[in-house]
Amino acid sequence: MKGDDTNINCREALHRVYHFLDGELTPERRDQIARHLDRCSPCLRAFGFETEIRRLVADRCRDEVPEELRTRIAAVIDHEHRQRAKAGGFADGAER
Amino acid sequence: MADQATFAEDTTSFMGSLYTAALRMTRNPSDAQDLVQETYLKAYRGYEGFEAGTNLKAWLYRILTNTFINSYRSRQRHPEETELDDIEELYLFRRMSGRDGSMGRSAEDEALDWITDEEVKVGLESLPETFRMTVLLADVEGFSYKEIADIMDVPIGTVMSRLHRGRRALEKALHNFGVARGLVAAQ
Repeated sequence: MKGDDTNINCREALHRVYHFLDGELTPERRDQIARHLDRCSPCLRAFGFETEIRRLVADRCRDEVPEELRTRIAAVIDHEHRQRAKAGGFADGAER
Repeated sequence: MADQATFAEDTTSFMGSLYTAALRMTRNPSDAQDLVQETYLKAYRGYEGFEAGTNLKAWLYRILTNTFINSYRSRQRHPEETELDDIEELYLFRRMSGRDGSMGRSAEDEALDWITDEEVKVGLESLPETFRMTVLLADVEGFSYKEIADIMDVPIGTVMSRLHRGRRALEKALHNFGVARGLVAAQ
């Protein structure tokens, strides 16, 4: 396009893949890359793959909270609460 | 000013993700439980200083992160682990792409299906701690660069650098698993 200096090349687009996926680009830069992806399927594929990796990491890093941990935490908080009540430590002086 | 009476109700939904984060940080279920418990206790004690309606998740993660750095990390002193080799961009993509897979998906997207939960967790845990924590906060917990900067008390530029390098290192680790299982050729 004559006089159009806003087209970027593959190297420039790929260099910003993380910024783009993280939503950390200026709107202008984001548009530039989106336009590049519209006409460059190899780059689109690379961006798609990086998106998939993020999804993989988010979905696969899940762990069951052991029930004993929930119980322990509830007990510890409850104990702390009682200590404060005994010490009369509530700011408004009310009993709870 | 938040009310301690509602603390349990306000914070219980975060326990699962805090525990996951603690596991990745400590790499040890027993330490992870202690870390989460300590985090909840500190959060409870400081809850009246939390401004209700602001970012509770980020506030809790800041306590978790600080507690880990101050209490647990010092026990696992590995000075050589603060550095990370530079790894090229798109490490995994460059080694896995090129063919078409079945069902209209690309070969590389399909190959990701074969990676196990354990491999993702171990891959993440293989990163040096500050890089691991940054990737965790961004990709597992979905915090923004700004939120991560507040949680880890570092400039946004540092977050960006650690995140980008950490992600590439994770890709390399996943690539190694793929090679080990014959899913992808070693290169």
